[in-house]
Amino acid sequence: MKKNSNIANILIYIILITGAVLCAFPFYWMLRTAVVGAGSIFSPDIQILPPEFLLDNFKNALTAQPFGTYFINTTIVTVLNIIGVLLTSSLCAYGFSRLDWPGRDKVFGVMMTALMLPLAVLMIPHFIGWSYLGLTDTFAPITIPAYFGGGLFNIFLLRQFFLGIPKEMDEAAFVDGANHWKIYWNIILPLSKQSLIVVGLFTFLNNWNDYLAPMIYLSSEKKFTLMLGLNQFMGGYNAQWNLMMAAVTVVVIPSLVLYLFAQKYFIEGIAMTGVKG
Amino acid sequence: MDYSLNTSQNFIKRTKKSNRRKLWLGLLFTSPVLLGYTIFVLIPLIVTTVLSFTNFSIGAKNTNFIGFENYINMFNGQDVYFWPSVKATLLYVFGSVPANIVFSFLIAVLLNANIKGRAIFRGIFYLPVVIPLASGCSIWLWMFQPDFGIVNQLLKAVGLPGGTWLSSDTTVILSFIIVSMWICGNTIVIFLAGLQEIPSHLYEAIDVDGGNAFHKLLYITIPMASPIIFFNTVMGVINAFQAFVQTAVLTPGYSQMMMGQPNNSGLLYVPYIYTKAFRFSQMGAASASAIILLIAIAIFTVIFFKMQNSLVYYEGDAKKK
Repeated sequence: MKKNSNIANILIYIILITGAVLCAFPFYWMLRTAVVGAGSIFSPDIQILPPEFLLDNFKNALTAQPFGTYFINTTIVTVLNIIGVLLTSSLCAYGFSRLDWPGRDKVFGVMMTALMLPLAVLMIPHFIGWSYLGLTDTFAPITIPAYFGGGLFNIFLLRQFFLGIPKEMDEAAFVDGANHWKIYWNIILPLSKQSLIVVGLFTFLNNWNDYLAPMIYLSSEKKFTLMLGLNQFMGGYNAQWNLMMAAVTVVVIPSLVLYLFAQKYFIEGIAMTGVKG
Repeated sequence: MDYSLNTSQNFIKRTKKSNRRKLWLGLLFTSPVLLGYTIFVLIPLIVTTVLSFTNFSIGAKNTNFIGFENYINMFNGQDVYFWPSVKATLLYVFGSVPANIVFSFLIAVLLNANIKGRAIFRGIFYLPVVIPLASGCSIWLWMFQPDFGIVNQLLKAVGLPGGTWLSSDTTVILSFIIVSMWICGNTIVIFLAGLQEIPSHLYEAIDVDGGNAFHKLLYITIPMASPIIFFNTVMGVINAFQAFVQTAVLTPGYSQMMMGQPNNSGLLYVPYIYTKAFRFSQMGAASASAIILLIAIAIFTVIFFKMQNSLVYYEGDAKKK
């Protein structure tokens, strides 16, 4: 019996380690390719370790296109989204959980059906609307919607959390003469720091990584986000894989750093969405 | 008597007034999403539906109602991209979702075993989810290159023939599926969280009855996890139907206008709508294609929820929905 479970354990580790190596390998290969010369890319032999170490690739890749501008653009878009989402989704979640009003849960239920609605069904009217306003090729179409509720899913998550906060909290505050705005801002929000961080992190990822919306709306290079810049770079530097991987490395770093520091929140957030949903 | 009548009327008035006040306050707090839902969901949904019966194109002078022509053109093949994209999308959905569910569940069950370094493994499996999908796909684009890509080089090194991957229409979707398995960390983490909530006394009962690990998996883990398997499957199908980046980055078709080459084999449905709307500027026709997507997702969701009762085990009071 004991021996059996030992063998089983070893098997488990073998499968998990194999899986983990396969998962991590593309990252290694990105780094490995980013530091080799053009000659090594088209070598018929496998060279798992980099045969040379050229940091120039990063310089060449980054100066080939205004990646600095792309970086700033992406940061602006992402920060504006995070602010909008955190403010308005928490406000709406408060309205759907801590306030009692006739029809509240019905309205909420109707809205949640839109969670299943594919963006592709809405993107054409969105585009037409923004272009009638003359706001295509600006950040407006990819930032302003965040200020209108900040995404149904985020409202759902925060509402779920707010419902769990004991009612006595606001009753005590009411006795002290506070109104709902004060309770929302001074009691509920500070108590919900954890879930607000989770929502903020996912908003960061969604916007930092977004591809489709910038591709639809942004056409001039000055306004490009990192993803569009990367796409353009890939089109222009076809087959210069070492430069391309250097660019990809730089693009990937902010997300990886954030993940490293906030891993706990990511995992908690994902588990929260799945188990309670 | 007079007095009491008076107060009860007053009371009704007061509650009416306070009810109205409550309603206003509720509407005020939720006004951002009420507005947002109307502007960004409800009205666009109506507009898409109406446009799907027109030949609308942005910048064009005339827009006419053309009945079901857009829909007919899709189904009779006049729109040469429709059927190839349906085929690619269905292959992708029915290939990637089962593969992802089985693989993620297996990994989650193993991670849930009594092992060391669970957090590290989980962290690594989640890593590909964090980075932009477009950059992840561009790494795979390089690794899948037929001659100098590392995937074929490694296959040849162990004596296997290299694959054609993204360069042949028979293997494009397979390549997409492999990439989708690389980013299934989300599903793993959700599964793992669910598995950790299964009470250990259930497993102890199997131990008492002399069952083995396989019995535990079959009689405890899978039934207890079935609501989460269901959730992950539904979400997986909905997301797979909407994949865009795979086509755009793995089969970009820089030289032509069309993504998803060769032979439109990698043209998933949302890239198809995107191309029609924003590259060919046929917004009416593209709206019709979008409505078809909406209907398809609705049908799949209904089928899934119909099957839910027979496939999913809800434990006693946990049956909320």
